[in-house]
Parts: sequence; C-alpha cells; structure tokens
Amino acid sequence: MSVFLTLAFSGVALGSIYFLAASGLSLIYGLMDILNFAHGLFMTIGAYVAWDVATHLPASWGAPVLFIIAMVASVLGGSLAAGLTEVFIIRPLYGRPISQILVTIGLDLAVVGLLLGGFGSNSLSIPVPLWLIEASHLGHVSLPNSDFVALIAGLVVLVVLEWFLRRSRYGIIIRAGVENRDMVSALGINVGRAFTLVFVIGGAMAGLAGLLYAVVFSGDLIAPTQGDSLLIFAFIVVVIGGLGSIRGSAVAALIVGLVQDYTNYYLGSHSGMAEIGNLSVVLLLAIVLEWRPRGLFQGTL
Amino acid sequence: MTSAIKVSNLHVTIEGSHVLQGVSLDVPNGGVTALLGRNGVGKTTTLKALLGLVPSTGDVAIMGRDVRGWPTHRIVNLGVGYVPEDRDVFAGLTVEENLRLAERSAAPRYDDVFSLFPELRERARQRAGTLSGGQQQMVSIARAMLNGWPLLLIDEPSKGLAPRLVSELAEVLERVAQLATVLLVEQNLAVVKRLAQRVVVLDHGEVVHEGDPSELDDPLVARRFLGVAGAS
Repeated sequence: MSVFLTLAFSGVALGSIYFLAASGLSLIYGLMDILNFAHGLFMTIGAYVAWDVATHLPASWGAPVLFIIAMVASVLGGSLAAGLTEVFIIRPLYGRPISQILVTIGLDLAVVGLLLGGFGSNSLSIPVPLWLIEASHLGHVSLPNSDFVALIAGLVVLVVLEWFLRRSRYGIIIRAGVENRDMVSALGINVGRAFTLVFVIGGAMAGLAGLLYAVVFSGDLIAPTQGDSLLIFAFIVVVIGGLGSIRGSAVAALIVGLVQDYTNYYLGSHSGMAEIGNLSVVLLLAIVLEWRPRGLFQGTL
Repeated sequence: MTSAIKVSNLHVTIEGSHVLQGVSLDVPNGGVTALLGRNGVGKTTTLKALLGLVPSTGDVAIMGRDVRGWPTHRIVNLGVGYVPEDRDVFAGLTVEENLRLAERSAAPRYDDVFSLFPELRERARQRAGTLSGGQQQMVSIARAMLNGWPLLLIDEPSKGLAPRLVSELAEVLERVAQLATVLLVEQNLAVVKRLAQRVVVLDHGEVVHEGDPSELDDPLVARRFLGVAGAS
C-alpha cells in the first residue's frame, strides 16, 4: 500500500511538471493557432540559465538560497527566450502557420546544437539543497521532498494563471482572443501584444518546468535534449486535455503523470518492458482521441 | 466637410474568388446609409475590408484618414464601432466582460448603453453564450456604441431575430443613429426604409445603384437589385 501511495505522489509531481510545460503550449495554440515546437527549447534554456546562475554565485550563500535564485532564473530565462522568439521569429510569420511550425523546429534544432557544442553532451549538475534529495515520512509512506516542490509549483502556477485569466484585463483579452481573434482587434485592441504576452507566460512556465524536471526526475542533471523529450509529453497532455484549455491541461497532466508512473513501476521492471510507461501514455492518447476527438475539455479555457 | 467613409476602386480576393471588383462608395457624415444587395454580393466583405479584417487593394479613407495598410485595431481606434454579422459575442465571457473588453475611452458610456438595454445590467454576470439571439445582439450593439464613437458599421442586425424583436431593434437603431453615422447592411427592407436616408446597392462585387430608400417602393427596382419582391 505504501508503494502505491508513494507512486501516486510522484505521479502527481510528474503531472505538475507536465502541466507547467503544457499549459503554455495550450495557451499559445488556443490564441495564435501555433504549434510551438520551440517550447522544449524554452524548458532547456530555463534549466541552463538556472544552472549558469547557480554555479556562478558564491557557494557561501547556501544551497537553499541558490536554489531559489535558480528557480527565479529559470522563469526569467524561459520567458526571455520565449518573448524574443515571438517578437523576432514568430511575428514576421503571422498568418503562415506552416512556416511558423518549421521555424520553431529549426530554432530548437539550432539552439540545442549550440548547447551541445558549448557545454558538451555530458549532463551538468544543478546545485540543490540537501533536503531536496531527502524524503519525508508520513507513517509508513515515504515521500521525496522534491515531489513536494514540484507539486507546490504546479498548484501555485495553476492558481495564479486561473486568477490572471479570469480577472485581469489581459486575461480577458486572451480568453476572448482564443474564441475570436478578429473580433478582439475589431474592438480596437492590439492583439499582437497579447500574442507576445502568452509566449512570455508560456516560456516562464516552461523554464520552470525544465529546471524542476531535472531536479525531481533526472537526479539534478540537465542535458541539451531534455526539453525535447519533455515536449513530446507536453504535446500529448495538451491534446488529451483539449487544445486551448488550461483546465484540460491540468487534468490531463495529472492523468498522464499517474498512468506513466504506475505502469513504469508495475510493468517496467519486466525484461523488455523498460519503455512501457511511455507506451502507456501513447495508448492513453489513442483511447481518449477515439472517445473524444477534440480532447477532454474542448473549447473551454 | 469630409465624408465619414470614402472608398474607391476597392478589390478583395478571397481564396481565389474575386469578391469585390472595384467598389466605390461615399458615406456622408450623419444619418444612416444602407448597403443592400443579394446574398453573397460582398456586403459583409466590404465592411470587413473597411476595417482591415480582409486584405484588400484600393483607396479607403475613414473620417478623412487614408487607412490603407493599417492594422484593424488602429482603424477602429479612429472611432469606428463594429457590429458583425452573427453578432460575434464572446460566448465564454460574461456580459460584463464583453463590455469591459470594448472600453477604449476613459469614460465609457455605460449610462447610454443601459438606458437603451436595461436588461444587460441585470444579466451582467451571465455568460454571453447562454443569452438568446436578441440579447446577444444587444451585447454586440452595446460594445460598438460604448465609446460614443462617431461611426458605426452594422452588419445584418435583424438576421435570425423574431419579427417582434426586429421592430424593437429598429427602434434601438433609430436612437443609435442619432448619435453616430451608420453604415448598415440589412436585408429587411422595412427596416431599411425606416432607418436609412440613402441606399447603396451592390451586385457582383460592384456598386450598381445609389439613391433614395423610397425608390425601393417600386417592386421592379427591388426585384432588379435585390432579388426580392418589394416590401410594401
């Protein structure tokens, strides 16, 4: 029973990170009809910026302080990369969706290549506080502290994002734009600003996801291609949840995280079954699409 | 005195089909100009081209400004309210949010809007998607007039409304037209004759007739230009 609960917890933690990665993708698609293949790059850049900042500051500041700074750096790095991508690469290609897809794929390949050239293919280690590697015990159940960090980050982002979309003026513009972009500009609003804003928000969440994935599931190690493998699952989450729906992404991220975690543990240890967790997610996608072709929460932000 | 709208030789091609083939028209300041024509002759496309919502070639001046190549939001901020065909309210947003989104001036005229549509005040928290067609039309008109702008483009406001609502709507539009210049696309000839001082008839992407609404009383004129029997 305790294994079952521990798995549930780490499945939810994994789901939180998928949510961070997927919600930005979903917003960008919902508002701009862009499948942003550079989103994995934003995750990778977030993780590298965090590593760069944390390893260049004096160790005497203490690991907890450095880790908090690293989290902030990942958010800033991801949002800056995304903002620049929107303004300089996506914007000149408005109304040309195929070109946008190709250019985001190209950007990802190019920058990942640069990172491989600059840092090598060896993983880099993010300095983390000791307690992050330890586990807390609730009765017989042992829960890794890093899972708590992922869980809290996911919850905070979900609450803030919901508040922003419901209450703020730009949130209303984004929700309206997801429904009917032309009508928003016909009310005299510059939709281009909202486009840049969703990229910045999506990039911020992606950057944080990149760092947390390394810390929670990758033994504090970052690598140039990490974001790309995370991106595949983020896309699956977005499609299961319903393109453009934040709540859909949240629910789908939890389901995918749990399914992947349980199948990995219970089936993945058999010989030749190492990839069963990934396969189960793809099967889940197929089942959901067969049942609801437009995802679980189609058309509701 | 400059015209509210002055268009010459406007061409629009959408997916290979040449929808507008050199439309030229002049909407004077004040009053209601009705844009008429059979289904599919390019009335809605004309309004969209004026707002930069579809790519076009030709000259478009709105309130004396040459707006060729301007993005939609910039044209609108000259002071142009738009009530699209099918209303296009944001279904997932509340009535209040729909109106809030339309605020472009420091002092939005909620008093005017609510005196015209008291129902919208009561339904402020209701999602626009759950409103009836008539109520959605109110939201759409309210959005366009909230800023007290001098020019309104209104596309088939009576479409899909019950006959009783159509006469209420005409009354509302009569009051709206006292505050702004209106370019109205409308199929209902009774509404046109009640509101418009001028009519412009489009056919096959071109202006084929301009004149006085009373000419529509002649069934031959009505049939020739609009493909309908004259409303008498």
